[in-house]
Amino acid sequence: MTDKTVIIGLEIHCQLNTKTKLFCGCSTDFQGDEPNTHVCPICLGLPGAMPRLNKQAVLYALKVAKALKLTVPEVSEFSRKNYFYPDLPKGYQISQYDKPIAEKGIMEVDDDEGHPKNIRITRIHLEEDPGRLIHKTSRDRAGYSLVDYNRSSIPLIEIVTEPDLRSPKEARRFLNKLRSTLEYLEVFDGEREGSIRVDANISIKGHNRVECKNISSYKGVEKALNFEITRQRNLIRKGQRIEQETRHFLEGRGITTSSRSKENENDYRYFPEPDLRPLRVSGWVDDIVLPELPDARRERFMTQYGISENHARTLTGDLKVANFYESVADADPAIAAIWVADILLGEINYRSMRIDDVPTMNIADLIALIRDDTITDKSGVEVLRVMLDHCMGENEESCEMPADIVTRLGLTKAAGDDFTAVINEVIAANPNAVADYRAGKKGAVNFLVGQVMKATRGRADPKELNSAMDAALKEAED
Amino acid sequence: MVKEYFFEEADRTNAFITRLDLAMYEETGGPLEGKGIAVKDNISTAGIPTTCASRILAGYVPPFDAHVITHLREAGAAIVGKTNMDEFGMGTTTENSAFGPTTNPHDASRVPGGSSGGSAAAVGDGMVDMALGSDTGGSIRCPAAFCGIVGLKPTFGRVSRYGLIAYSNSLEQIGPLGRTVTDVNTLMSAIAGPDPRDTTAYDRPYTHTPSGNIAGMKIAIPDEFFGEGVDPAVAESVRNAIGKLEDAGAETMTCSIPSMAYALAAYYVTCTSEASSNLSRFDGVRFGPSVETKRSWHDEFRDHRGTLFGKEVQRRILLGTFALSAGYYGKYYAKAQVARENVRKDFLRIFKDADIIAGPTMPQIAFKLGEKSDPLSMYLADILTVPANLAGVPAISVPCGMVEKMPVGLQLIGRHFEDERVVDAAFAYEMEVA
Repeated sequence: MTDKTVIIGLEIHCQLNTKTKLFCGCSTDFQGDEPNTHVCPICLGLPGAMPRLNKQAVLYALKVAKALKLTVPEVSEFSRKNYFYPDLPKGYQISQYDKPIAEKGIMEVDDDEGHPKNIRITRIHLEEDPGRLIHKTSRDRAGYSLVDYNRSSIPLIEIVTEPDLRSPKEARRFLNKLRSTLEYLEVFDGEREGSIRVDANISIKGHNRVECKNISSYKGVEKALNFEITRQRNLIRKGQRIEQETRHFLEGRGITTSSRSKENENDYRYFPEPDLRPLRVSGWVDDIVLPELPDARRERFMTQYGISENHARTLTGDLKVANFYESVADADPAIAAIWVADILLGEINYRSMRIDDVPTMNIADLIALIRDDTITDKSGVEVLRVMLDHCMGENEESCEMPADIVTRLGLTKAAGDDFTAVINEVIAANPNAVADYRAGKKGAVNFLVGQVMKATRGRADPKELNSAMDAALKEAED
Repeated sequence: MVKEYFFEEADRTNAFITRLDLAMYEETGGPLEGKGIAVKDNISTAGIPTTCASRILAGYVPPFDAHVITHLREAGAAIVGKTNMDEFGMGTTTENSAFGPTTNPHDASRVPGGSSGGSAAAVGDGMVDMALGSDTGGSIRCPAAFCGIVGLKPTFGRVSRYGLIAYSNSLEQIGPLGRTVTDVNTLMSAIAGPDPRDTTAYDRPYTHTPSGNIAGMKIAIPDEFFGEGVDPAVAESVRNAIGKLEDAGAETMTCSIPSMAYALAAYYVTCTSEASSNLSRFDGVRFGPSVETKRSWHDEFRDHRGTLFGKEVQRRILLGTFALSAGYYGKYYAKAQVARENVRKDFLRIFKDADIIAGPTMPQIAFKLGEKSDPLSMYLADILTVPANLAGVPAISVPCGMVEKMPVGLQLIGRHFEDERVVDAAFAYEMEVA
């Protein structure tokens, strides 16, 4: 019997959200701008231009290094990675090779059984992004490409893990946690297009390793890895050899394909970048103050707010969600946890909204309405949906206050006498169900309760309604 | 106020690639006001074509000035044109140019040296008083020696390289060429100093008045500089020149630079490696002659580079690519860096006791055109100039007599950041023979 252990290592490239590029003063804020408007002789690779290192990018990289417990060596160095490609202005990328800015760290993630395990981080290095190719098709069907250098020299960190991951799900969890950590550190904007790119190394124990390149989403990583596991296991089953190769992930089709051509196998001819002096920044690490990171915040949420681990995990996974929760938790931490983690996130996800599109004031109002028993949970969901359907993102005024919606739609919880009449109407209108109930079919009650709910549009509290219905039926029997 | 400078001198030596018959300068009150200065064509000049003597840069007009050009303009200089050179600085003769060879002002059948041959010939022929060159392995000093003028390679980091089209970044420096040590000193004052855009440059401005007082200066004479391959007549001329320095009060001693056995190899591995990377950007996408866009990029890059780079450039790109390749890096590039460090250590050792190292700049007088058609024999001619680049120390070449009616250069090498002392030694010699 062969060992089927899956071995996965990741190389993750993340754009750092510095204000200027890694080696020049051009602004990195080019989203939506015309191509080639954020460029200069340096990031265009004009002859004679020289790189000048952005200190902020170094500090950001060190921040990540400290958060992931990496060691920052006394001396690190930039190297040139040489290869030809039309989006690469200098014919080489300034990167790091054998002297990266940080080495040997760890990040804890849960394995598939929910047990925490350490994933070793091999290294972090700092490098520049190339430009971007835009492929066009012209009328005569001969395609052509345009080059946009706005992205050229955007700072990236590449985070390399040891082959410690054992399943695609685990890899996805690792990435989610990494993303969340980077966002907590405020060095990364995960919402920016192309802000993260992953290369995954994957093998079945005892067989050759395959590198999947070009994965640009978290979902994509899991998909690519699942595809590869199936492909590799099938080959092994048929007694075939797994080629050690580089494969490309086609995001649209969810498959990987072999790059095949040996010509594409690059020898990057790394050597030290002679235009930059070696980096001596290990002394800077002590001065870096780390913010509260996701694990610590989760623990604090559990103790400070007394909420469940699951809720705490969901709420702290995203920095903005965590901040949102804390600004609405005051009214009632437990109710707030349920409403943010279990309901609000789903509703905004369904509408492709972002958490910062929702004013905290409105949600705090909603939570208070629930807490004070002014409306039922069911009405609460209705109020939330009505509100979100009309929220216009940045314009907070477009978000109607839940209390106003309750008034407008008459959703105040029905109580006591308010629905005795409805119950009696339902009993009178459904003699068959009442007969079933008397015959001992307890399920008949649910039907009757449902009818009342329908008639009161969810304004009745289900518990109160159940006992009221019981009482009414017994009364009718007597 | 902007003033006109009419540059009318005939170019008998093919010294210029681009000349501005009407150059402009500003009345800044600076030390170079109204001076016509020639600039090697690998130094970026905003609005003036900059070709590196290569067809691959045909039509390229830099949108920015090199740091040294900004300084020249501030000092009131008129930039009269861009001078011929070996393509991308790769050569010792200025024959490897897409614009044809420059000839020696002393003898039109001989080369002016290289790679800053156009700058040296322009000065040597009296077209301009001063010129800028760049020195990667002797490219200022060699043509200065061959053309009978003065040329200084500053300490690495003393002059910003921003805007110098890189051939071998870790070795090269921009430096001044002039008819006299005083001119070289003046031009050096204008170009040296810090530049935040070149982070390998130091904040070491140069403000110096040459002094001929060298009494007590200790001058070391390496055996290796007078060894095999050095023309005895050249050696004699240089020994006589060192004698003049003794007359002026210097003390001499002999020394040895054993690391010179590997210096040339270390130099050629390092410079070709860096060049193979630096020249990758010449792919036709953003500048130079446009490429045929209906082909795959891979084919087009290959043919573009294969057609437009000259033979010597292609040879060095191939050598450097090989030296950096997987499996060879350790054998070549890494070894070269060890050898380079040994050269540096030898210099540091000698400079504990000596202030200056002296010897010939070139082992021979200027070659006949076409004489060094074999690349290896051309490479060997650099043996006396490359050590200063490997160590990063300043070195000057000052004319010291004639052999076969051709000038000979005395090379004076100093400690890191002691460019001033090197200039003083050269000045003392100049005074002594005046």
